[in-house]
Amino acid sequence: MVRDIRVQAEPFDYGAECAAFAARTEGAGAVVTFLGLVRDDGGRLTRMEIEHYPGMTESALDKIAGEAAGRWPLSACLVLHRHGSLRPGEPIMMVATASRHRQAAFEAAEFLMDYLKSRAPFWKKEYGADGAAWVAAKDEDEAALTRW
Amino acid sequence: MIDLLYFAWVRERIGLPRERVETRAETVMDLIEELKAREDRYQAAFADLRALRVAVDQELADFTAPLSGVREVAFFPPMTGG
Repeated sequence: MVRDIRVQAEPFDYGAECAAFAARTEGAGAVVTFLGLVRDDGGRLTRMEIEHYPGMTESALDKIAGEAAGRWPLSACLVLHRHGSLRPGEPIMMVATASRHRQAAFEAAEFLMDYLKSRAPFWKKEYGADGAAWVAAKDEDEAALTRW
Repeated sequence: MIDLLYFAWVRERIGLPRERVETRAETVMDLIEELKAREDRYQAAFADLRALRVAVDQELADFTAPLSGVREVAFFPPMTGG
């Protein structure tokens, strides 16, 4: 399986990443991609800072991707997550999965999203007119893991 | 010697991103008690353990995890990736 894990401060081009991913899927019949953007929260948010734990972040994402590959017959898997300062509307992260059939690709993409939300060491801080606040983890994010 | 790393509001409450400590603590919990006894800012950071997560040598761990042979311990709030 092609496994591409990237943690970076730089922006990325979602369209170009999707095309490049689809081009190296080794005969898969289905590709699923997901893009996460910074919400503007009704114009209240001016920027978001994403902090992470260099070293552990990469190994945690790699482990999550490895688990997905163990559960679904994936031919390729991409996880790209940014850190640093981001503005509303900017891409935060993307995942892409490729498999022979769409169900596996969809499920694996959801699995990757559910796990990286609460098992990859990222923390978000929102800055707005009302000041700054760390984004709290949601109970439903933790609960989402129980379905796998 | 163990490297301690702090992230997000844990880092802000303690006032530094990392430090190296000499400790005889046998578990993560013992280490937390040692730190809390040091200064108020640690007391503030470790006041509610339900709001904290810990990684030992870059793997998520429990507060009961032993520290023998460990090089790095990180404290942080629940993660909010994605």
